[in-house]
Amino acid sequence: MSDKNEKVLIKGNYAIAQAAVNAGCQCYFGYPITPQTEIGEYLSSKMPELNRGYVCAESELAAINMVIGAVSTGIKAMTSSSSCAVALMQEALSYACGDELPVVLINVMRAGPGLGYIYPAQGDYNQSVYGGGNGDYKIIVIAPSTVQECIDYTYRAFYMAHKYRNPVILLADGLLGQMMEPACFGQYPYPEIDNSSWALTGAKGRDARAIYSLGAVESKQIERIEHLFRKFDLISKNETDWEEFETEDADIILTAFGSMTRNIKAAMKVLRENGIKAGCFRPITLSPFPQQRIFELASEGKDFAVVEMNMGQMFKDVKYSVNGKSQVELINRPVGEWLKVEEIVSAVEKIMEKSYAASI
Amino acid sequence: MQQVFSIPKSMKKDFKYTFCPGCDHGIAIRLLSEVIDELNIQDKSICATSIGCSVFLYDFINVDCIEAPHGRALAEATGVKRACPDKVVFTYQGDGDFASIGLAESMHAAFRGERVTALMLNNTTYGMTGGQHGPTTMMGQITTTSPMGRNREYYGYPARIAEQLALADGCAYSARVALDSIPHINEAKKAIKKAFQVQLNGIGLGFVEILSTCPTNWKMTPEQAHQRVRTEMAETFPLGVFKDISEVK
Amino acid sequence: MGKIIIDNDRCKSCYICTETCPKKLIKISQKTNRLGDYMVEFSDPDGECIGCAMCAKRCPDMAITEVWR
Repeated sequence: MSDKNEKVLIKGNYAIAQAAVNAGCQCYFGYPITPQTEIGEYLSSKMPELNRGYVCAESELAAINMVIGAVSTGIKAMTSSSSCAVALMQEALSYACGDELPVVLINVMRAGPGLGYIYPAQGDYNQSVYGGGNGDYKIIVIAPSTVQECIDYTYRAFYMAHKYRNPVILLADGLLGQMMEPACFGQYPYPEIDNSSWALTGAKGRDARAIYSLGAVESKQIERIEHLFRKFDLISKNETDWEEFETEDADIILTAFGSMTRNIKAAMKVLRENGIKAGCFRPITLSPFPQQRIFELASEGKDFAVVEMNMGQMFKDVKYSVNGKSQVELINRPVGEWLKVEEIVSAVEKIMEKSYAASI
Repeated sequence: MQQVFSIPKSMKKDFKYTFCPGCDHGIAIRLLSEVIDELNIQDKSICATSIGCSVFLYDFINVDCIEAPHGRALAEATGVKRACPDKVVFTYQGDGDFASIGLAESMHAAFRGERVTALMLNNTTYGMTGGQHGPTTMMGQITTTSPMGRNREYYGYPARIAEQLALADGCAYSARVALDSIPHINEAKKAIKKAFQVQLNGIGLGFVEILSTCPTNWKMTPEQAHQRVRTEMAETFPLGVFKDISEVK
Repeated sequence: MGKIIIDNDRCKSCYICTETCPKKLIKISQKTNRLGDYMVEFSDPDGECIGCAMCAKRCPDMAITEVWR
């Protein structure tokens, strides 16, 4: 990793860890959980080497709260975890949104519910996008599909967190965390954000600052929540991100997030060869969700097939975005082995047969 | 004439305490502020605040504060100190926040020897929520959730926190004090100062357990409540210094 | 001869100071504060206050804002 423009063969977890270092992450607080333990292990030697902060916390509950403490001083900090342990962090994420703190959380998903197992899944879409904490708040969620994107989106996560003073979740999965691919680190491409107006640095030469989410005065609390949501409107305007392929003439658009994107891209090619006009749509930011673009495509009469490894979590957001303008189907497996290209192709072909039969 | 008492400089101007009449939080926060003044650390202190009657601390003291979810103050303090080792970091918590929901974070900060200062006000109940029993409720004590008095079968035994902290190698100072008399108030201030000094000298965690009244929830007058601290509480939770390695580096 | 200043807006009438003063110079008055409690007042016609500040140190509400000796 000595030459920043050099391509290296690297595991997803290590890519995320080193990207955080490159982005200027000053402190890491974590707890081991498969399939992301390597992130903490890597940083346990890297951070002390660079004289930065590292604590292997007593629990994920402690780790996320350590991040809150650290970022309240204006520095960059992060924690990483997986699914069932991210569940422990929901209270803190709600606080961090209310406090407007730049918390960065890496979730390398595993199967649930409960203890589940360590094979990969995509079951935390709801947990990330809708949140398990109390009250009204929104978290920025970005989902990589390759090891290169693990690097690029970790950089972007730190930038967005500090630019908007909002928690950001990088939603990866066990497949990405464990696979090795060639990738290039480059330089952290974003400008540093000035946080001198709010960071806790000791009240020297100024009045003391307090960062809190307690809202004892109703009118002030209403104001605060409305401010948070206006901020999220701005985030939606600036940061909503997706990619689409061959949607112009598509009859059916395969839709997926994270590493399932790789499979739908391949399935699309096979379907096209078989004479089906398939396209691909992949939300990169799951929150803010590219609702408007999906609605536009649906308004052109294009149907959607949502392909995901859960019981239909992004499916309902696509359906909501389509708003009745076209059909939305779900192709899914709850957990485990990623839906193979052949399985996706065959499922789409069945959907097309059914809708052709219905249209006669 | 010479002024011999004034409001500490590191307190906010024109604040009004939100505590009940006779509650010792008011004295504890004043002692904390006097120590901050004397050590001249107001402009480099950061506090991780807690949940309970102490939640409004940032309205009383002129120190940068980050709110912590219930029990998490020492995790946040750890984060602040690791991010900015040159700042003076402290927590101010009740017995529920520190020793009940927050016990894991509190103990692990001590095990790790985090160079922070932790103050725990012990009034044997969960005060803010109306006086339920907690880990430091005394045997036989009646509370809203121990209406027949604390007993071994349903509630187990009270936790002696200062002694527990003292067992941690990373804890440099652990003491238990009270605020029911002038000599005790003077000792309490010395202990709070020591708990900050072990941080300033880079030794480890400084902890003070402060026995306190809760007249409203104990259904006592302020004077009766202080009498309870002097007698019943001091018997269950002996005053003293349980660990002091401040002289040893 | 010393004196104290009491901020009655801060005082919550716990009366600890009335018990603490060694010269018994703080008394419960007939006047009530905004909460309807009987306020305390410092009364030292013979100049007995020694400025020990014990009242201020035991006041839980910082209602005794100044002590002079």
